[in-house]
Amino acid sequence: MKVLVAVKRVVDYNVKVRPKSDMTDVDLANVKMSINPFCEIAVEEAVRLKEKGIATEIIAVSVGPQQSQEQLRTALALGADRGILINTDETLEPLAIAKCLKAVCESESPDIILMGKQAIDGDNNQTGQMLGALTGYGQATFASELTIDGRNATVIREVDGGLQTLALPLPAIVTADLRLNEPRYASLPNIMKAKKKQLDTTTPADLGVDIANRVTLLGVELPAERAAGIKVEDISQLVDKLKNEAKVIS
Amino acid sequence: MSTLVIAEHDNSSMNVATLNSVAAAQAMGGDIDILVVGTGCQSAAEQAAQVPGIGKVLVADNAAYAHSLAENVAPMIAEVAAGYSHVMATATTTAKNIIPRVAALLDVQAISDISGVVSEDTFKRPIYAGNLIATVQSSDSIKVLTVRGTAFDGAPAEGGSASIEAIAAAHDSAKSSFIGEEVAVSDRPELTAADIVISGGRGMGNGENFDMLYSLADKLGAAVGASRAAVDAGFVPNDMQVGQTGKIVAPDLYVAVGISGAIQHLAGMKDSKVIVAINKDEEAPIFSVADYGLVADLFVALPELDAAL
Repeated sequence: MKVLVAVKRVVDYNVKVRPKSDMTDVDLANVKMSINPFCEIAVEEAVRLKEKGIATEIIAVSVGPQQSQEQLRTALALGADRGILINTDETLEPLAIAKCLKAVCESESPDIILMGKQAIDGDNNQTGQMLGALTGYGQATFASELTIDGRNATVIREVDGGLQTLALPLPAIVTADLRLNEPRYASLPNIMKAKKKQLDTTTPADLGVDIANRVTLLGVELPAERAAGIKVEDISQLVDKLKNEAKVIS
Repeated sequence: MSTLVIAEHDNSSMNVATLNSVAAAQAMGGDIDILVVGTGCQSAAEQAAQVPGIGKVLVADNAAYAHSLAENVAPMIAEVAAGYSHVMATATTTAKNIIPRVAALLDVQAISDISGVVSEDTFKRPIYAGNLIATVQSSDSIKVLTVRGTAFDGAPAEGGSASIEAIAAAHDSAKSSFIGEEVAVSDRPELTAADIVISGGRGMGNGENFDMLYSLADKLGAAVGASRAAVDAGFVPNDMQVGQTGKIVAPDLYVAVGISGAIQHLAGMKDSKVIVAINKDEEAPIFSVADYGLVADLFVALPELDAAL
């Protein structure tokens, strides 16, 4: 069984992002970049499927600039077999990324596509669902448990009220939530081995995908800061403030 | 200009979260219709019809829509959406699952989690876990949007009398099927709808100690939440998580107990009207957003607070 796993190069989750001085966009100059944490969970899940003998090949794919090779190498070091970079210097929207991934699905015919539920830069939470619409495959988003049995996937999903279980015929798209697994660290020998693994490069144009943006970023701003509050001495003062000053309890 | 609001519902009743999208649509202006897609969802549709200012309520009632499976519901919404300039749904997990699929079927770029309406094609939305607010303009002919519920006060639920129209079309893709669900049953209010939320963090130490929060919550009519650290530590289930990757809440009163205040937690609660923090570490970042901070051992403070209420 062939697994396609999508990874995105994003600002490292520990970085506190700042706007550019002209407030046109986020300032990414000299900022540490990493694999999107949700994508890393998707890669880990793919590797576990291979370790269980269910998956036979894992293909990692990324859409982004040349430097996205670093994140593909990370996926290869974690256990993916080969990588595909769809190279573009444009900032692609989820719809365009989904169209690129659809083209890869057509050429590679994966049995399952694993992705993160969202990237921590744009927080869009759209690409997996859009790929579902474009391919016609079923989707199980926000997955916290994945079981494969023959040509069927059973997925437990994190939903507002609790957990939902779905069954999907393969091929299907599964997007990872935080609790799906805890990703391993790549070992040094595996990082070295990953450098020799196959990594092909293509472009959206080669795939015949129109990547024109539909949404224009007009600017960014910092969220409104909360005014600093006060420290109370004890519980009785706290209760008094809540009752008589803030008037939020009676 | 006309907006189709997608109702969030459990067939028997409409979820009040729908009213946040109605409010966002009203902020933009133009005609508003509500679409109810479900199974045996007539009573939810009747509630939708009572929302003031609605033109009509469209009802797609079919067995295929029983569990809001995206593969079935998305084509239904896309079919109806073709007649509108805007589609809006409050960003619940159901809408987050379905709406991007709708957008791709319509070949438009959805805009997630809008927190402000600037004009009919320009919106504000948080990015980078709420560390920045982006202003974005859509050039698509149909704007497909999810709405951050806490950013728009819910529109009134009653007083209107919209007509209800049935839609015949059914889509049954057989691309996924519902097996079951584990829904947390609680007498306490829902996290995203509660006026008061009390949340515990890693400082709670274990799941049993959350009983102190439940006791307080029952006295105050509050919901109980948790930080990601508390969820990751296995103290409580993930559906209690407040934060960028959990639920976004903005109650009148938010009480953070034993929560340090990681950015991703703050992203989920910093729009609360009044924030109280109880933490023994006076350097904890949570105090920078708290209106009232109490530096204290929670195992001393919570019983005192319980007794004082």
